[in-house]
Amino acid sequence: MNSILASVSNSGFSLNIWTDLTNMWQYAFIRNAFEAGTIIAVVAGVVGYFVVIRRLSFAAHALSHAGFAGAAGAVLLSLNPLLGLMAFTSAGGLAMAALGRKAAARDAQIGIVLAFMLGLGVLFISLYKGYATEAYSLLFGEILGISRGDVIVTLIAGIIVLAVMAVIYRPLLFSSLDEDVAEARGVPVLGLGIVFLLIVAVTTSIAVQVVGVLLIFALLVTPAAIAERLSRRPASGIAISVGMALFSTWFGLFIAYYQPYPVSFFITSLVFVVYLLTRLVPRLSFRKPETTLPAKVLDEV
Amino acid sequence: MSKMHLMPKHWGNNSMAQARTGQIIVADKLTAGYKNKVIWEDATFSVAAGEFVGVLGQNGAGKTTLFRLLMGLMNPIEGKIKLLGESPKRGNPKVGYVPQRRSVNDSMTIEALELVRLGLSGNRWGFSGESTARVERTRAMEALKSVDAESLANRSLGSLSGGELQRVFLAQALVGDVDLLLLDEPLANLDVRREVDLVRIINDVVKSRGVTVMLIAHDLNPLLPVLDRVIYLANGKLATGTPKEVVTTKSLSALYGAPIEVLRDSKGRVAVLGVEEVAHHE
Repeated sequence: MNSILASVSNSGFSLNIWTDLTNMWQYAFIRNAFEAGTIIAVVAGVVGYFVVIRRLSFAAHALSHAGFAGAAGAVLLSLNPLLGLMAFTSAGGLAMAALGRKAAARDAQIGIVLAFMLGLGVLFISLYKGYATEAYSLLFGEILGISRGDVIVTLIAGIIVLAVMAVIYRPLLFSSLDEDVAEARGVPVLGLGIVFLLIVAVTTSIAVQVVGVLLIFALLVTPAAIAERLSRRPASGIAISVGMALFSTWFGLFIAYYQPYPVSFFITSLVFVVYLLTRLVPRLSFRKPETTLPAKVLDEV
Repeated sequence: MSKMHLMPKHWGNNSMAQARTGQIIVADKLTAGYKNKVIWEDATFSVAAGEFVGVLGQNGAGKTTLFRLLMGLMNPIEGKIKLLGESPKRGNPKVGYVPQRRSVNDSMTIEALELVRLGLSGNRWGFSGESTARVERTRAMEALKSVDAESLANRSLGSLSGGELQRVFLAQALVGDVDLLLLDEPLANLDVRREVDLVRIINDVVKSRGVTVMLIAHDLNPLLPVLDRVIYLANGKLATGTPKEVVTTKSLSALYGAPIEVLRDSKGRVAVLGVEEVAHHE
């Protein structure tokens, strides 16, 4: 798909950003990419924040692998891969919820499901003639190949996810930080856990279009991990997470328009660099130096 | 059962059947446990409003089970239990709870104030507006002040020490104006000074707000000066008495199934020693 991009981007990069954007905007596939990318970045930023504070990164990774099997199966049956993704990630999410309650106990179980799903995906892909291209775009994303129909499905899925998140926001935060007390206070922690895994399933499905199965962390985990380091409040943390996902998606697309290299490379690299900065520059993570604390508190440490 | 005769006769009397006013918990012939396993049975007791109650017993004696009953997280097998005149129900805003283990870990960057705030509104669906958020943060700050933890408000949870975390948890349990506080081993893993500090803070809350506290502990020493009463779980039975009645060499040794020495000094202060410690001092 990047060959298409190379053939259309003949106008070249100028210092006039407005002209650059107008040039890009002539192409429907670029508009589709920006629209879908924007929806996905917002949804992944919000959901990713909870993935990180609930320590569900590995589960999200496994769900994307289940999605790979689903998408490959859909391709084989000449269906829309997005539908296959949704079906398999949702089934995977429910299976995870059923297998074990405590996240810590799930490691091995999640790994088992993950390996099986990837194996299944390999079988489906090998049964399908167009092996290389389909496998490549599922594994590494193909945002420039997103159709108008995909944008609409993505928009509907995104609205549903954000609406559900708005309703369950506080109880989900409570049960993510403090499960036992949340349960005692009447929060249905078990039900919320299942609902959230389904939300992760849907989010993963739409995000696979941008960064692919193998690079799902770039949108679902890295921006949220950056936010967790930069903010002590959930509301601002979610805002930073969304901001980071948007920044990397938009900027990644913009750079890729002028370069022959894959969009997902630029997206993953941008968030990775920012993450490195938050780790290397201590001030960015707002950890107060101990000496600024009152003597009484120091005494307690 | 052979050990039960060591306990004073009047423990577990049934004067509580007629609930006096000011009694926050009334239990009548209560049996607790799971489908095929009774943990303790036939417990009749009551707890008066504003009392500081220590809950003692070996691991597995059913101390946390008693808390789960009071929070409506499980139902009694037999008998009745009333909390503020009603059957316990899950999510009762009048009950504050600090569980034994917490999922808080070193890598949590969320500030203490936000955790306290969840004690106020964490069980509500939907968003809160900006003005509600401000009110909630103010109330969370007041709760932190009441446990001398104001300075911890904006610290990340992962950076707090054990003693600091216990005060933040206490603030979270208190923030909704509770009548009953259930504290499951809050003194575990604290050094002697932090134990004494935390007990003082909890006792201040009991006395100034009239909150009833039930506190599970294994080390009695820091609690002896402040406890009004002791509830005591052993051999499938629940008993209750004043610290003076319960804290004796005989009854504690029976309770823990191991030799325990209770010493009283010339000023009437009491110290509880396990045998190993006694041997060590000799």
